[in-house]
Amino acid sequence: MSDKVTVQDVERVAELAHLELAPEETTGMLRDLNAILDYVAELNQIDTSGVAPLAQVSELQTGVSATALREDVLEPSLDRGVVMRAAPETNGAFFKVPKVIEK
Amino acid sequence: MPGTPEEILVEKPQPLAVLRAEIAQGRLRAEDLAAGYYDRIERKNPLLNVYLSLTKERALEQAARIDALAEKGDPLPPLAGIPVGIKDVLVMQGAPSTAGSKILQGYQPPYDATAVKKLQSAGAVLLGKLNCDEFAMGSSNENSAYGPVRNPVDPERVPGGSSGGSAAAVAANLAVATLGTDTGGSVRQPASFCGVVGVLPTYGRVSRYGLIAFASSLDRIGPLAGNVRDAATMLAVIAGHDPCDATSSPAPVPDFAAESDKPAAGLRIGIPDEYFAEGLDDEVRVSIEKGIDALRAAGCEVRRVSLPHTKYAVPTYYLIATAEASANLARFDGVRYGYRSRHSDTLSDMYSKSRDEGFGAEVKRRILLGTYALSAGYYDAYYLKAQQVRRILAEEFLRAFAEVDAIVTPTAPTAAFKIGEKSGDPLSMYLADIYTVTASLAGICGVTVPCGTTKVGLPVGMQVLAAHLNEGTAFRVARAVEAADF
Repeated sequence: MSDKVTVQDVERVAELAHLELAPEETTGMLRDLNAILDYVAELNQIDTSGVAPLAQVSELQTGVSATALREDVLEPSLDRGVVMRAAPETNGAFFKVPKVIEK
Repeated sequence: MPGTPEEILVEKPQPLAVLRAEIAQGRLRAEDLAAGYYDRIERKNPLLNVYLSLTKERALEQAARIDALAEKGDPLPPLAGIPVGIKDVLVMQGAPSTAGSKILQGYQPPYDATAVKKLQSAGAVLLGKLNCDEFAMGSSNENSAYGPVRNPVDPERVPGGSSGGSAAAVAANLAVATLGTDTGGSVRQPASFCGVVGVLPTYGRVSRYGLIAFASSLDRIGPLAGNVRDAATMLAVIAGHDPCDATSSPAPVPDFAAESDKPAAGLRIGIPDEYFAEGLDDEVRVSIEKGIDALRAAGCEVRRVSLPHTKYAVPTYYLIATAEASANLARFDGVRYGYRSRHSDTLSDMYSKSRDEGFGAEVKRRILLGTYALSAGYYDAYYLKAQQVRRILAEEFLRAFAEVDAIVTPTAPTAAFKIGEKSGDPLSMYLADIYTVTASLAGICGVTVPCGTTKVGLPVGMQVLAAHLNEGTAFRVARAVEAADF
């Protein structure tokens, strides 16, 4: 848990997260991530064998169902034109993006 | 009793019930009250940077509607004519929603968040959108892309964060009450720094529909106000089940203001040693101890409780919150809304350049940390481990609440710090949340209430925590502290 993060790790994670970092940003992030990961390594002091992970807390509340699913019925939604107005580029019906495949 | 807007617009907000009665009895017009608040905002906002946008048209329309009801003598809704501000991570029709980020600059959401809609239906006059740390990530409001908020108590100091604008607006009386959001302490810590009341409702008590997500298993919407009863009134309005949020609780919503009126005598109050250990400022400790004495004097039974894993809460929180954030913030890709980089030829390039140019440093740091904690080979060591510790921390609280009705602690280890003091060191900033994150992880509720000041007059906040869905108990205890004379 206390492996040092390398520049390559930061670059790989940035790529996974679709973040393009400038070289000086990468250096700063490397320093900060290592400091934070050193700190969170404290969790290794706790024996968690046999402890079930807790992803969300609804199950801790008595009488509350964690799976409150509603009926799957068709209901009116936001107007397409209104939604499209918030987009950087559309043709009115679809979102427009730069080309996906290079020639 | 106040009569004209000039008499009402003093340094601290008048109690909500007083203002509502004045409006109902025709002695105060909601339109005049709103106009008075906008005047005050115009004078104070250039220094404090509390509001990012104003929604005058919508506010004055609502105020006129309330005045018409009052003139006819019709019954008025619970927040009739009350000027309220909304943190900018909540969407509201007719106003931009930036979440404090450049990546959402100019975004005009086409709907109201459920909490916003409920305020509107309850007659509140929504003044505008409040500054905050970018995507609610921060403890000082210095991470806003639109500049820091200044603390009205001392403008050289931070208001806390991430709901810094929401806390400062109430402290400077630029709104009677506000909505903030709290993921790891973001309502409670700024309320404490600015000397106002802030509420962490039970997870699921208030619908998150229309809240721009940071960490979905932790995010909560909570009110801030000038006194406990007003905060309780606000919570009763915004709480309740919502079909648009599957995690919202179907539990009935009590009349929280009436709950808060009940005396605290007889309640068992737990004091956890772990929250009074190394790192707690001495002046804060002294103030909180006086608050505990006041609870004894009010007839509470004070006893010690133990929460031995407390010190692991901050690392647990930062792993879980950043992991969830890295997934939630994937939606900001320059396609459907918000900022798109002009400097890209391909789709992939457009994603990464838009995100690099649109996000600030702290948001990138957290996305990277979260992505790392979830990535192949590290998932078990970081994310899974943190979720296991989360259960240990939550169960520790549940055990404590079998013995006591409420737990009181300092809200933050220090009073408000200076602008720039911690902004270069992310880790020291994260430790500002040391007393608030555990309740966030456990999903329990709480209230922070002003509890004296330091020698130079900086507010200190006491955090009152209660078990799931027991907000009423937390309000009762907070009322007793509020009533005490320091």
